Amino acid sequence: MNFFLEVLIGGLLSGLMYALVALGFVMIYKASGVFNFAQGAMVYLAALSVVGCMEKGAPLWLAIILAFVIMTLFGIATEKFVLRKLVNQPPIALFMATIGLAFFIEGLAPMVFGSEPRALELGIVDEPIPWILDNWNMVISKFDLVAAGVAAVLVATLALFFQYTRVGRALRAVADDHQAALSIGIPLQHIWAIVWGVAGFVALVAGMMWGARNGVQFALTFTALKALPVLILGGFTSVPGAIVGGLIIGASEKLAEIYIPPVMQDLFGGNFGGIEGWFPYVLALLFLLVRPEGLFGEKHIDRV
Amino acid sequence: MIKKFKPAIAAAAVSLAMLSQMAVAAEEQFFPMIDYRVGPYGSNGQSFYGGFIDYLNYVNIKEKGVNGVQMTYEECETEYNTSKGVECYERLKSKAAKSAGPIHTMSTGISYALIDKSAQDKLPLAMMGYGRTDAVDGSVFPYAFPLVTTYQMQASAIIKFLKDKNGGSLAGKKIVYLYHDSAYGKEAIIAMNAEAGLNKFTVVQIPVAHPGNEQGAQWLKIRQERPDYVVFWGWGVMNQTALKAAQKVGFPRDKMIGSWWTGSEEDVIPAGEAAKGYMAATWNVAGKQVPVITDIEKVVYGAGKGNMEDKSKIGTILYNRGVSAAVLSVEAIRKGQEKFGKGKALNGEQTRWALENLNITDARLKAIGATDLLPEIKTSCANHEGSGKVKIQQWDGAKWVPVSGWIEGNKSLIHPLFQASAKQYAAEKGITPRDCSKEK
Repeated sequence: MNFFLEVLIGGLLSGLMYALVALGFVMIYKASGVFNFAQGAMVYLAALSVVGCMEKGAPLWLAIILAFVIMTLFGIATEKFVLRKLVNQPPIALFMATIGLAFFIEGLAPMVFGSEPRALELGIVDEPIPWILDNWNMVISKFDLVAAGVAAVLVATLALFFQYTRVGRALRAVADDHQAALSIGIPLQHIWAIVWGVAGFVALVAGMMWGARNGVQFALTFTALKALPVLILGGFTSVPGAIVGGLIIGASEKLAEIYIPPVMQDLFGGNFGGIEGWFPYVLALLFLLVRPEGLFGEKHIDRV
Repeated sequence: MIKKFKPAIAAAAVSLAMLSQMAVAAEEQFFPMIDYRVGPYGSNGQSFYGGFIDYLNYVNIKEKGVNGVQMTYEECETEYNTSKGVECYERLKSKAAKSAGPIHTMSTGISYALIDKSAQDKLPLAMMGYGRTDAVDGSVFPYAFPLVTTYQMQASAIIKFLKDKNGGSLAGKKIVYLYHDSAYGKEAIIAMNAEAGLNKFTVVQIPVAHPGNEQGAQWLKIRQERPDYVVFWGWGVMNQTALKAAQKVGFPRDKMIGSWWTGSEEDVIPAGEAAKGYMAATWNVAGKQVPVITDIEKVVYGAGKGNMEDKSKIGTILYNRGVSAAVLSVEAIRKGQEKFGKGKALNGEQTRWALENLNITDARLKAIGATDLLPEIKTSCANHEGSGKVKIQQWDGAKWVPVSGWIEGNKSLIHPLFQASAKQYAAEKGITPRDCSKEK
């Protein structure tokens, strides 16, 4: 039972790390109805900007501010040079543009900051909390708890931003219909620049947490792979959905990795480990059959 | 008069130009460089191929080439992508028709894709420490060379190291084999199982799905298993993640030993303090204490012909590995010239012969300033590996420090596994193996 709980808690905490990345996707989707293929690359760019600035001599706090500036400028440039031309185009055109953007970032970022993997020390050691280990013989990492706290604060802030600010309401209007939003005077270009800037900030937070855990390297772009099933489960338009989806995916993949392979081995022989790569996708697929819009996604009704 | 002979003069001039071009080509030993410097693993490629090219330039500057034959190369970027690797091969193979050094792709995937093609085109494929390991049996794979060491011999050498550490016996011990769930990671399972049977220890296999940036479940399982050691076959981000995850569950890093793909500076630096004490196998040493590395810096960089943009990487594991690979390749060219004519470039077939008849002794390594950079190598038709030795190195927080001498895997246990696999491959492909006793 103790081991089960340990795996479950570890999975939930990992799920919050996935949710951090998923939140960036939600931001863009909410404001433009487009799946941002470049989100993983943005996480990489943000983390690389932090270590790049630190290598040039900036202390951590300044490097974070500079990286935020870089990500904001990047967001504004994306709106100006990529998205502005695509207003009122079908979502697939915007999606294709984000694919191009991903390749652009993946090429440009290492050219500017170097491609070698680097450590990012945030001063939080990824070690078990001693009193939990001593009293319950369970491994709960300090780092994971901090990441969970960061995710909670981020979600609360974004949820309030979308719900209660003028910009947040404008964002939702733009997502529903670009042309209708323009016709009632919502400045689409400003809104898009803001949302890409905010998505850049979310990418910065995710990049710092993932970068501190696994090192800042190209593989940060792969974190997007972990966010996809989270989005399917939680819904592409829901900030709390990203968190709940993350928790479900994190916990279920860890439990599956531990408990399914031994059963399969007993039944069929051979080695069935390493299933956490595909298990979340199967789970998400099954979920799609029952609830295509995700747990918290908006139901889309078309009039015929 | 001149007008009358104009066509003849022109023809003569063209012929002369062609002849002179042929003469120049004959003095150049071409290396098709199917490499990667950008993309997910670009930083690994930059150091390896930088070291390789620096050594070629070193030979060109220091001794004016091999018996006057200049080493030349053309690079083609694969981004570690198999289909791009095949494209590069197709692009460069016509250039390599007359003169070809060994091809080093630094990718198991690309090597697998090129094994049949390179044999057909008679171009030798070097797979130093990676690639198709049963190609050790040269009777079935005449053009493929898993030189120096293979995954299986490396696993066997690691077990030997652990055995020595435990007073000569691993009986009753438990070893977790944590591996990248891919062909690469699975390669050493057969060797681990064979060693477990022989040495009476238990091996617990735990796979990690690609890319391996999340290993929470695996390490909780390891914690539950309470192994004596973790033998680790990681790749890319999986390496740092494993080290951090080991720290998270409190597993001592000095009880973890990885394969050579997990033992470069790039693999440990991003893990910070979590990597301290971790060990990995290697078939070349790091550092500038090797005379040839210092001399390359002096001669090649002194002449402004260095290939590394970031000079601080000279002497790192991957840079020195690139130099080691180039040392072997150039020694093969020397060997080939002894048989096929000094001062002449070798074609693919001739280089293949040379790679199969290498005999690089410690004395020879000393002569070229590469003492202890890599182990002695003696290849043959039946043994394209030629060594099977690795060192174990430990990360002290700032650099890799060798903690063993050269350790050879259990050849009598492992090589029959290669032969059986090669035999099966030959049967599947309808290949009649060469009779190695008749090869000279």
